[in-house]
Amino acid sequence: MNTWIAIGLTALGCYAVKLAGLLVPAGAMERPFVRRLAALLPVALLAALTAQQTFADGHALVLDARVAGLGAAAVALVLRAPFLLVVAAAVVVTAGVRALGG
Amino acid sequence: MAQRTALADLTADDAEKPDRAVVRDALGVGVAVGLSGFAFGVTSAGSGLGLLQTCALSLLVFTGASQFALVGALAAGGSPFTAAAGAFFLGVRNAFYGLRLSQLLALPRAVRPFAAQWVIDETTAVTLAQPTRRARRIGFTVTGLTLYVLWNLTTLLGALGAKAIGDTRAWGLDAAGPAVFLALLAPMLKTTTERAVAGLAVLLGLALLPVLPAGVPVLVAALAAPIALVAEGRRAGRGRQDIGAAQERGAPPESRAAGGSTDPEEDR
Repeated sequence: MNTWIAIGLTALGCYAVKLAGLLVPAGAMERPFVRRLAALLPVALLAALTAQQTFADGHALVLDARVAGLGAAAVALVLRAPFLLVVAAAVVVTAGVRALGG
Repeated sequence: MAQRTALADLTADDAEKPDRAVVRDALGVGVAVGLSGFAFGVTSAGSGLGLLQTCALSLLVFTGASQFALVGALAAGGSPFTAAAGAFFLGVRNAFYGLRLSQLLALPRAVRPFAAQWVIDETTAVTLAQPTRRARRIGFTVTGLTLYVLWNLTTLLGALGAKAIGDTRAWGLDAAGPAVFLALLAPMLKTTTERAVAGLAVLLGLALLPVLPAGVPVLVAALAAPIALVAEGRRAGRGRQDIGAAQERGAPPESRAAGGSTDPEEDR
């Protein structure tokens, strides 16, 4: 039930902001501070999420095969690989390191 | 890549771009990203969500980062409210995409509620790269349609396949979520401010992880954005004074660059 509540809230909220962007007159969201915040908020969230999902196991910080996978993804990004290849690199390298007992 | 093609065509034949070239760009993005719905399906099912719940997320939320974030937060034991809040804040950027797209596409009001669901990173990127309104509308529609159909199909396949796959960790699939976040994050890290925000958010997110309930550290880490903005504003204020003083002394205008990036339009 908790999961459905989370899904419902997220679906409503995410659709509402998408629609708001299309409907709201341009002037309302053109204030520099608001625009900068909207550009920086995803940076903060994505950075925190990347770090947590790489180094966290529950409430503990760990160093495991995911770090190698993320490293591979970072290399793929620097080489300007397409999106799918970046994700594939992370998955394959993580699996490889685990298979080798890492 | 889409952007480079668009620019090439722009110079080649005076802002005209063949519909086929637009469709090709749009399909390239739609197919590549659409297929990664498989990783979401597997991750979601592996995190303990049901088939129906996983598919509902892709059908109704349809913004990848928010979906991965929600599933990750729920799997980590976060409350439905903190989990949804994190996913929602990630989705806020789509409002600003919509703002831009509503000018570029000039959609009739009646169409907007239907087009809204497709306002995401990828459709915005493809639309912005097109030179004309016709090309933008084609780009948006083809990217949106391809991505929506494929993302939902591959989510279903991933969720169905999760059991057959067995231990998703052995296959390294728990690295898919962070890799997606990293791929979305990388192009945003252009200026010092953005890198500072990312660094501070990583520190906050990891340092608070052991002490706060699941999902909350990410929300606190989001504070890195307003903190950096205030710091940037302070620096800009001081920089302006410096420039004023420098100009009085007859310093060359290049010294402005030393003040760092203070132009709020820079990353747009």
